[in-house]
Amino acid sequence: MRLIEVHDLKKHYSSGLINKQYTRAVDGVSFHIKRGETLGLVGESGCGKTTVGRLLLRLIEPTSGSIIFDGMDITRLNREEMRKLRPRMQMIFQDPESSLNPRMRIGESIAEPFRLGLQGKMSRSEMKERVLELVDVVGLNPEHVNRFPHQLSGGQNQRVVLARILAINPEFIVADEPTASLDVSVQAQILRLMMDLKRDFGLTMLFISHDMDVVRHMSDRIAIMEKGRITDILDNSSLCQKAEKSSIPGKLKYASRIPA
Amino acid sequence: MVYSNAMLEIIDLRTCFPSQDGLVKAVNSVDLQIKDNERLGLIGETGCGKTVLGMSIIRLLPSSARVEGQIIYNGHDLLRLTGEEMRKLRGKEIAMILQNPTTSLNPVLKVGDQIAEVISLHRGLGKKEAKARAVQMLEAVMIPEAERKADQYPHELSGGMKERVMIAMGLASHPSFVIADEPTKGLDARTKTEIVNLIRDMTSGRSMLIITHDLAAAGEICDRIAVMYAGELLEEGPTEMILNDPQHPYTQGFIRSLPRQGLHPISGSSPSLIDPPSGCRFHPRCPYAMDICKKEHPQMVRLDEGHSSRCYLCG
Repeated sequence: MRLIEVHDLKKHYSSGLINKQYTRAVDGVSFHIKRGETLGLVGESGCGKTTVGRLLLRLIEPTSGSIIFDGMDITRLNREEMRKLRPRMQMIFQDPESSLNPRMRIGESIAEPFRLGLQGKMSRSEMKERVLELVDVVGLNPEHVNRFPHQLSGGQNQRVVLARILAINPEFIVADEPTASLDVSVQAQILRLMMDLKRDFGLTMLFISHDMDVVRHMSDRIAIMEKGRITDILDNSSLCQKAEKSSIPGKLKYASRIPA
Repeated sequence: MVYSNAMLEIIDLRTCFPSQDGLVKAVNSVDLQIKDNERLGLIGETGCGKTVLGMSIIRLLPSSARVEGQIIYNGHDLLRLTGEEMRKLRGKEIAMILQNPTTSLNPVLKVGDQIAEVISLHRGLGKKEAKARAVQMLEAVMIPEAERKADQYPHELSGGMKERVMIAMGLASHPSFVIADEPTKGLDARTKTEIVNLIRDMTSGRSMLIITHDLAAAGEICDRIAVMYAGELLEEGPTEMILNDPQHPYTQGFIRSLPRQGLHPISGSSPSLIDPPSGCRFHPRCPYAMDICKKEHPQMVRLDEGHSSRCYLCG
């Protein structure tokens, strides 16, 4: 079953008054994402992949084309209808620190969806309990709840973003280079966590990255984007198995004393 | 003791910063040699002290930094030079390609003029000659239409082009030693490959320190690699050995966490530099940690010719 269907989506920007020039950031893109599936979107910087992600959540208005989410064409929804739909679709941005409110403690940030009543009425103690549950799910410690974003590392802040998204409990997530600003070992931690969350919460995802190796790990299918168009959509199952089996360095030649 | 074939020798370098919470020991007792014509990659994650190490060499740290030890360049200890003596060396003989070209370039100066400034300052050329040399440098870093680009401002150039300008500026005075700090940061796959190839070609026959967390880039450019963690070197050796046969558990974990190597994360997070773990600094995250690792601080052990590792499991 298809959760997202995109038909001939376009986003053109114009500049100049007399000599109008058009930039075709997204120029006729069509694809679909099945429920529970992750579609990877790869391309070089400037190819329009981030614009596609933003269009899908209607953070920007398309020039033309349709976006069908769960049977509804969301390009036709008005502001109020769109606002009601927003909790079902969420975005993870590249820089976690700037996506969190710097003046809110981590716990408050995670509890905000509860305070807004997105999960129904909740008592203060119930909220606290749910926040601590989520903090545990994303691998943070209870002590982090009282800290501010600037007191945490990039990887920890991205965990907070994930906890907050789980509090909203969306069906669809657009992840735009979620580990671009993180170190390799932290990147591995966050991507592993995202894979687990996707499995446990049955999330559907559009995973945007310029790193083919990363996309291979995260995606069921991969769309290749070039200059505003999707040039190819590949099935990843065979590619992924190969990557998992690839040899792991570190034969520990000198490490004869390792306890078995 | 000065090694005759070492272009730069760092002996027991300790760099720390006072902070509200205590002394931040960013570089802790690092010994490192870079030979003539050798390109050394300094690998490590954010906050491990690798940039501070580079800045200690070229002496561009804030005045609050406390730097101890020796950095021998050409028979002189850089740390004993006066500010004036250091200023004559900096940019001319020892140059740095700073990270983040977007913030490192002057936004209100044309890129050609920024490069010409380096040339006229260090080689005493007139304005016109310096500008012509700057254009030549831009051509050397494969910037198309170099003459036109020289008259543009940084914001008019793409990230890859700005990185090329940084490289041109760093190499403009023909320095004998170059430090490059994260030259591939924030570039997409194709641009990264181009920049890596450019650095490799432009710096062959030069002595260089490349600071990066990009192991693939270091593998392409460097003759040797040193791995830094929490202010210390944990492993050092020829590039081939470090990439294909790493001996320190941290180096192994680092490589295994690469997407291409299976995306296996190292558990836990980097330790504090104010109050680092006892014994081996990696022991809280090490899958092989033993009792001794918690109690005693391991020394660098030599394994093979030029390959050493700071681990009780090695040697």
